[in-house]
Amino acid sequence: MRFVLSLWLLASALLLGTAASFAAPPQRVVSLGGPLTEIVYALGGGAQLVAVDQSSIYPAAAARLPKVGYYRQFSLEGVVAMKPDLVLASDQAGPPEAIEQLRRLGLRVVVLPAKADLESLQRRIYGVAGALQLNQDGKVLVSRLQRELAAVPKLAGQPRALVLISRTGQPEGAGKDTAADATLRLAGYRNVLAQQQGYKPLSAEAIAALKPEVIITSSMSLQSLGGLDKLLALPGLAHTSAAKQRKVLVLDDLLLLGFGPRLPEAIRALRQPALPAATAVSAP
Amino acid sequence: MSQSLRAPLPLVPGPVGIAWLWPVLLAVLLLLLLLSAASGAVEIPLAELPRVVLGHSTAAEAELWRSIVLEVRLPRLLFAALAGAVLALAGAVMQALFRNPLAEPGLVGISSGASLGAVCAIVLGGGSFALLASSAFVGSLLATAAAYHLGRRHPGMAGLLLAGIAINAVCGSLIGLFTYLADDNQLRSLTFWNMGSLAGASWPRLLVLLPLLLLLSALVLRYWRALNALLLGEREALHLGFPFKSIRRQLILLTALLIGPLVAATGGIGFVGLVVPHVVRMLLGADHRRLLPAAMLGGAIALVLADWLARTVVQPAELPIGIVTSLVGGPFFLWLLLSRRR
Repeated sequence: MRFVLSLWLLASALLLGTAASFAAPPQRVVSLGGPLTEIVYALGGGAQLVAVDQSSIYPAAAARLPKVGYYRQFSLEGVVAMKPDLVLASDQAGPPEAIEQLRRLGLRVVVLPAKADLESLQRRIYGVAGALQLNQDGKVLVSRLQRELAAVPKLAGQPRALVLISRTGQPEGAGKDTAADATLRLAGYRNVLAQQQGYKPLSAEAIAALKPEVIITSSMSLQSLGGLDKLLALPGLAHTSAAKQRKVLVLDDLLLLGFGPRLPEAIRALRQPALPAATAVSAP
Repeated sequence: MSQSLRAPLPLVPGPVGIAWLWPVLLAVLLLLLLLSAASGAVEIPLAELPRVVLGHSTAAEAELWRSIVLEVRLPRLLFAALAGAVLALAGAVMQALFRNPLAEPGLVGISSGASLGAVCAIVLGGGSFALLASSAFVGSLLATAAAYHLGRRHPGMAGLLLAGIAINAVCGSLIGLFTYLADDNQLRSLTFWNMGSLAGASWPRLLVLLPLLLLLSALVLRYWRALNALLLGEREALHLGFPFKSIRRQLILLTALLIGPLVAATGGIGFVGLVVPHVVRMLLGADHRRLLPAAMLGGAIALVLADWLARTVVQPAELPIGIVTSLVGGPFFLWLLLSRRR
């Protein structure tokens, strides 16, 4: 009896599996989350996207698609109105009830991890590739990523780095559990704010005490702080060796904070010698 | 200005006869519900709506339309109407209790207590709805109890008011502290929660909240006589045979019970509780037998309208509803203050 049952289960699993693989690849895809959108484009599936969320600003083609709101508070009806046959959602997309309702309306929703580490990035890429039925391209992208990461020249020692982010003109430092911290550590730096959780405002005294050797910032932050000279003149920062030697690395925001398929590019940019003027690395 | 604000509200009938106001309010609400049910990011022709709902539509997308209307829009519309009605009712009760047309549950700390509970749940717990709702409710009850006990040491409403201000300050700073402790993801949840949203509306949630809140509202409505007596003054109400202190305690408790779960479900939706009862009082006068139910209808109309705007103005995205209500309510509040100055 048990044998028959397991045989039946096996048969139905096989049947379901083949049915899924014979189904046509999705043609109308909505992506909820900037990193997922970037992966879709990296896999060459950009033409299937019909709408994205507001955080999808890279590549430029994504910014031209209709927006269904910010992925944490997306418009349920806005997504449905796009008549998608696949919804790719970050596990931070929400509200959770809206994701549930999408499923109840019969839409196919694939939820992928948003965490900023290599394992989650690979799972994101495999997940998107699987959902788009581009499994082979997914494998190619992941192995290219691994190859490129291994090929980036190693960094001598473990320089003490401070990541400075600013949106409002006030400098904030990136602590642990942030995409910037994960990218930083992969590049071989020591984060001087490793004890701090998330992004917090920096005090002048704290910056001086942290003694950073390199300062890493994003191009939008630099703009918000009023340029390189203003940044180097920040109280507390001016007396650090990083500021005195003008060791500042400026990366494109999504490159530094995105933790996506362009990770090797970000690592490469972070590992170039930051001497003596600022090196601006922008997205292609 | 303070003189005119402290003046008791007149118990004289307003310029509008009650007889035709009811059907008008009801008709407006029904019309709005109908219009709102037919519009949104997914376009459904108004003429087709009844057939879609009944399942007789022959349109190609009838199946999708039906599930959109029944599963997405209807629970949300009813939730908007319920939330608006409850917020306006709570506002009307607070305005009568404080004998001040500018009062609302935010004043005694009920709302900020609920917010503190919800923020606590988002940052310390996972932020699931059950946890959020219960801690918001506990927060509102604790804040109200604190306000009441602190306020009792000073006679009259001034004590309660001052206690409410202090509680608001403490809750505000604790919310700030939790915001500081929050990680990146929680921070973004907090931001959106503060702006208010009806996107979480669903049938299961509505089936819990609707009976609960309607029952509590019905209990509150029964206090209309006491609230009318209170307009004359606390001492006068006592002489008229209303045990003022226990009535005040019961009403504050009922308001906390009304606001706690609602704030947990919707986040911060401002100004409906303040503006709607005021407008209704200008039209109807301060007789609470009429004022309270009319305020509920008016609140429902206001929030259904705000939600309709929130859903359609920037489609296919949507605006947070708290932004819409504050954007309209804020200027109105200013006008209220200026015109009362004389």
